[in-house]
Amino acid sequence: MTDDSFQGYQGRALAALKKHSVRVWGKVRADTTRGVFEGTILPRSESDDDQHIVLKIATGYNIGVNIDTIKDMQESGYKKANYQIPEKEFPYSDDKPNIKLFGTGGTIASRLDYRTGAVIPAFSPGELYGAVPELADICNITTEKLFGVFSENMGPKEYKILAEAIGKEIKNGIDGVIIGHGTDTLHHTAAALTFMIQDQPIPIILVGSQRSSDRPSSDAALNLMHASYAAGHSDIAETMICMFGPTSDEYGFLHRGTRVRKMHSSYRSAFRTIGDIPLAKVTRDSVELIKSSYKPRRKDKKVTILPYFEEKVSIVYYYPNMRPDIIDSLVDNGYRGIVIAGTGLGHVNKPLYPALERASEKGVAVYMTVQTLWGYVHMYVYETGRDMMDLGVIPAENMLPEVAYIKLGWALGQTDDLDKVKEIMLLPINDEITEREPYNGYLIYQGGVPEVEEFIKKFHK
Amino acid sequence: MNDDNDPNNFNPRDNYESSKQAVGYIPRKKAYQADYDRVGFKSGLEVHQQLKTKKKLFCNCPAGLYNPKDEYDAEVIRHMRPTLSELGEYDGTALMEFKTRKQIIYRIKNETACTYDIDDTPPFPLNQEALDIALEISLLCKLNIVGEVHIIRKQYLDGSIPTGFQRTAILGIEGEIQLRNKKVKLIQLSIEEDSCREISDVGHVRIYQTDRLGMPLIETVTYPDFTSPDEVREGAEYIRFLNRSTGRVNIGIGSGREDVNVSCRGGSRVEIKGVSHNKWIPELTHNEVFRQWALLKIRDMLEKKVKNKSLWKIKSKPIEPSGLDLTWAPVQEAKNKKFKFVVINLPHFQGILSHFTQPGKMFADELSDRLKVIACIEKPNMLHSEELEPRLSVEQREKIGRMLNSLKGDAQILLWGPEEDIPTAIETIEERCGLAFEGVPRESRKSFLDGTTIFERVLPGPDRMYPDTDSCPIPLDDEYIEAMKNKLPKDVCDRYSQLRKWGIPSDTYYYILRNNLVPILEKIIDDLAIDPRFTGTLFGHVLKHIEGRNSASPEFCYERVYKLLKFLKEKGINRELAKSMLPLIYENPRIDFDSVLSAVGYIKIPEKKILRKISSIQREAVKLGITQEKGAQERWIMGQLREVALGSVSMEALNINVKKHILEEYSREKDHD
Repeated sequence: MTDDSFQGYQGRALAALKKHSVRVWGKVRADTTRGVFEGTILPRSESDDDQHIVLKIATGYNIGVNIDTIKDMQESGYKKANYQIPEKEFPYSDDKPNIKLFGTGGTIASRLDYRTGAVIPAFSPGELYGAVPELADICNITTEKLFGVFSENMGPKEYKILAEAIGKEIKNGIDGVIIGHGTDTLHHTAAALTFMIQDQPIPIILVGSQRSSDRPSSDAALNLMHASYAAGHSDIAETMICMFGPTSDEYGFLHRGTRVRKMHSSYRSAFRTIGDIPLAKVTRDSVELIKSSYKPRRKDKKVTILPYFEEKVSIVYYYPNMRPDIIDSLVDNGYRGIVIAGTGLGHVNKPLYPALERASEKGVAVYMTVQTLWGYVHMYVYETGRDMMDLGVIPAENMLPEVAYIKLGWALGQTDDLDKVKEIMLLPINDEITEREPYNGYLIYQGGVPEVEEFIKKFHK
Repeated sequence: MNDDNDPNNFNPRDNYESSKQAVGYIPRKKAYQADYDRVGFKSGLEVHQQLKTKKKLFCNCPAGLYNPKDEYDAEVIRHMRPTLSELGEYDGTALMEFKTRKQIIYRIKNETACTYDIDDTPPFPLNQEALDIALEISLLCKLNIVGEVHIIRKQYLDGSIPTGFQRTAILGIEGEIQLRNKKVKLIQLSIEEDSCREISDVGHVRIYQTDRLGMPLIETVTYPDFTSPDEVREGAEYIRFLNRSTGRVNIGIGSGREDVNVSCRGGSRVEIKGVSHNKWIPELTHNEVFRQWALLKIRDMLEKKVKNKSLWKIKSKPIEPSGLDLTWAPVQEAKNKKFKFVVINLPHFQGILSHFTQPGKMFADELSDRLKVIACIEKPNMLHSEELEPRLSVEQREKIGRMLNSLKGDAQILLWGPEEDIPTAIETIEERCGLAFEGVPRESRKSFLDGTTIFERVLPGPDRMYPDTDSCPIPLDDEYIEAMKNKLPKDVCDRYSQLRKWGIPSDTYYYILRNNLVPILEKIIDDLAIDPRFTGTLFGHVLKHIEGRNSASPEFCYERVYKLLKFLKEKGINRELAKSMLPLIYENPRIDFDSVLSAVGYIKIPEKKILRKISSIQREAVKLGITQEKGAQERWIMGQLREVALGSVSMEALNINVKKHILEEYSREKDHD
């Protein structure tokens, strides 16, 4: 028997399988001190213990049998399951826009992985069409799987590959690009692509799902339809994130890639534009503008690709009682840029000052953002702020901390000249810094207030 | 005999009656076991029971709190989409539900539902209290307990659960219960989260409330071992009593629900869903087995009529309703709503549409039911050529027939609905008629009070299972199980024999077991040395009667009865007085017993004094002309004395004395004569 015969089983459980000459996908009868159990042996998640064997019984349920209770076990058959989304050729029609969907992993299309017990990405136009046939009514889709990683494993290397690949598609005349991506770091990638791909003529849309597509109530299908419609039909030629507006299956938002953030660990409506309003509302057959100023779609195939990134950049989330050695160790480890998420208007405590001064002297670029997320850094308001600027800390206006981190990495990837870096950092490419904050850019309603309750009851959440 | 070749001579009513006879349908009251054996009655149960826990199964919302349906704080909309099972298959039900394109609205009240309930937060660890109770019941069912509990997602695309699946897990397999005359085997017991309560389902919008959602539930599944409707009910009662014997399950309305699987010989498993009263089971299973028998008859008829069933096809055509000049109000309403009308020809279906299926229902109803559920077209949604009360005149029917080039022996349907639902409607008719050639479609059906059922959905299979990747398996070690085995309540079948041994009348058993009263009876009989028969009837007759007439205080518990009997015993008051005191105590459980004594007018009178009264009362009886014929005098004297005697002397002793006295008087009279 091959290794595959014991998928996920380890230690004592593996020994038990071998002892009784049974294998994964074998139909077995286990005679135990708790009675007889019959079923098909399933693979086991690697993170589970080595005391149990998993059986799928006739009624379709799974159960675990403790190996210490097994008196005898016999295999009477074998049938391997084939978990595959049915593939159907994606239909092409001349009158529909051509969309390229890049796969990076994540939950937008996924299937079961026994080894980890989690879902792994599955992805091809055929599978996609098999799972979401409505896509064919919206556009023609071709796909390319660039890598299969979970969102948290996306990094500079992947940003660059993505930017180059998208650049190539644009030059080939594609009408829109969609990137399927895990949601955890969706906004980091959105910022990176905003900086690396500039002046594109078409929409570039990042999309994910908060509920994996192996669930009937998944938001994946609808997100994909929204993203496809926006990529193929909208006039907004920017890098955007397309995710649920409300948690209900109603409409999505297009968020500008530099002003968006995941604000809830599990809600479908986790992505919110911060300090501004979303670009547009999108349904499966419409895009309704919310913001009037945007970069419009063009007919040409021109684009600038700037695939640079300095990896020695860090983000430091300040907390009271932070010790200077945190900053020192970054500097000593050769970091070239530090983004601080400071308290309030952009502050850290005094004991950090010498360390900041040392960083500055060593040529490390230090930028200040706010952990309040909403609002600007204002280092002139208090004396401490002014002191810090004297130490070389540069306020990053109302740039979101994660966006500042990505931009600093991108800037330092292009030049060692800190003045040049500062110029790049403070000159907004697409609203990562805005001149003004609209009054409705900060809306955090509080439940319990009668007028808010009335609103919540009347409109779908 | 009808002339099949002449539609004008075909009489649907005659056809309905003769087909009913051909099926051999008889009312349940007249049916014997032999009748069920003839059609091969086979049934199994899935008994659902809510567990009494503080919190829900996978989140920390309170369990058992219900909101009125129009009281909610917010609404969330979801659509459900079929996904693959673990073995890589799509489930039939899932695909049907997807076809219906329902918009599902969930109403949320903050106090009873959280973000887990509406699937915006992953599950919290399984409620240990619920697992304990479910395991206790699994042991009572003599099941093989699993080594490790695996939480599984069972797909439900009707929207009754916002995730689109129910989290559920098997605790044990292969158990048994002992009924009066046979053992019934159990397939399995699972613990699962309860679903939403449906508020409405009209057109493409279905509304649910989320208060019940997520409550811990167990499902006990039997093998199809039941061979008659009454036996199914007995099994359902047994399992219900068994669950209640733990004292740790909910007993209110809707806290126990049965899905009843029924088939006839050659039929298919059909599931009657959500039967909340066991007394409805016999009628429902009786009618279902005959419905299946009727569908098999229909299949046989079609086999004779249609040579090559693979060539059988329906033909449909749009029609302008004005062309038919129909004045029936629902048709007018459909016209006002700008609905589309379609006529359909069903080759060789004459005599099938009006074929008996259930009391008051015919095959055409199977079509109309599916139009409502699958195509989302509200009823009435069709007319046809074999109505018992024809809405279509002969001319109208002939006109439709001509439009469709119908041949003699064909049947026709006129259906209507919103334009976007018409293609699904036509498909649905074709699909159901096609299934008639196969016999009985596997489906789940909704029950009605009159004992009939309607189509609810295609029956799902094992292809809707998927491991819950959000939860870890839970090991159940031997120590945990052994510890629990030591504190199990008695088996229900042992309780039955205990009641018999005590000599308690059998008409009280249902009440006693339903309310899990054996432990309290035992306590009264053992601790207070009170006659079991008296104790049993005090609950099973007296208290049951009181419950039926008075409204219970939520504070009343059966322990109060024990306290009352103890009080009477200590005071040396005859226990009979308990019967008079109970109504007051039932309504005011906190009242002190002394006050109840004065409220019922109890005064302690020496026994002798009461017995002395017998002769004067007897004389009065004679004066009034009440003779001892048929024991009238005895009853009258007892009635006169009851009130004063109650509590001071036992009714039994008093009765013996009255009898003795009457006997003496009569013999004295005889001596005189």
